[in-house]
Amino acid sequence: MSALLDLTAPLLICCALLCAAFQRVDIYGALVEGARKGLRVMADILPALVALFPALALLRSSGLPALLGELLSPALHALGIPPETTLLLLLRPISGSGALAAASELIERWGADSLIGRTAAVMIGSSETTLYVSALYFAAAGVKRSRWAVPAALCADLACFVSSAWICRLLWG
Amino acid sequence: MIGTVLLGIFLLCTLLAPVLGGTAAAGAAVMEGAGEAVSFCLRIAGGVCLWSGVLELLERAGVTARLGRALRPLLGRLFPRSAGREELLSALSENIGANLLGLGNAATPAGIRAAQGMARLGAEDELCTLVVLNTASIQLIPSTIAAVRAAAGAASAFDILPAVWVSSALSVCAGLAAAALLRRVWP
Repeated sequence: MSALLDLTAPLLICCALLCAAFQRVDIYGALVEGARKGLRVMADILPALVALFPALALLRSSGLPALLGELLSPALHALGIPPETTLLLLLRPISGSGALAAASELIERWGADSLIGRTAAVMIGSSETTLYVSALYFAAAGVKRSRWAVPAALCADLACFVSSAWICRLLWG
Repeated sequence: MIGTVLLGIFLLCTLLAPVLGGTAAAGAAVMEGAGEAVSFCLRIAGGVCLWSGVLELLERAGVTARLGRALRPLLGRLFPRSAGREELLSALSENIGANLLGLGNAATPAGIRAAQGMARLGAEDELCTLVVLNTASIQLIPSTIAAVRAAAGAASAFDILPAVWVSSALSVCAGLAAAALLRRVWP
């Protein structure tokens, strides 16, 4: 199982190459064009992160996130969520880049293979920028009353954070 | 919204710096943070670009389209009113198929087409369900965070996959359950 997971990236690339070969896709051209699109994504993320990283670094230097984590720790403890991830939880529904910045900070500080690092990665990998996405869809559809969509979506987010913390503790705790 | 959060963070931390972490640390943090943002992007750019290339292969090989078609029966049950219209069903299956593979650039336009169609149809409940599905991540391969883990020296960047799948499945179920419950009590 673990050997299979180690080989995830090359195996997935093999599958994609085989699918493309069967359909007679220009393999090299597609890979290069895709990488070019990825570069454009990075060009979109970079300015956002330049705006967000300094604010998060300032916040970290103030020690407020730790204070906030302590304040919320009874509630987080009851849910089984590590208080270190407080900032990530609060940013996740609002800003995708903000959450990425918070998660990468946790991953680099605690280590990619630490429990906190893994929990942060699973949390961000199994959730979305809820408030941004719902605002986008309702605005595009021209519907003003979003009714129960946002509460239900936030329920899903809470379930995601709780289950991420639980499964990571189970697998690597 | 994030702008207001940034304003709050800067005001609070700057004014309270002398009593909190210290003025020197606060001053250094801001400039270092900006540099850190650029080096972070450079560290993950390789992984993100490689993955984007692999997704392009899958897209061109028609895997996204086939995934969407395979999901049609399920979508018919989740969106009974919209599924009656061919153009809505195909937008929905394109949206969900692209979301599963993590193709944000393809998922959003298709999702918006579906949302607009539902609004015209007056299927408000189904529009809300679509939003819940799109705000709960169903991405099978979380490639960006895998790139971040690889850049931070993870022994095996993708070994979080099973955990991500369990957590995604549970959160989607929770979202749909909350939707089923709330649509009955909401005015």
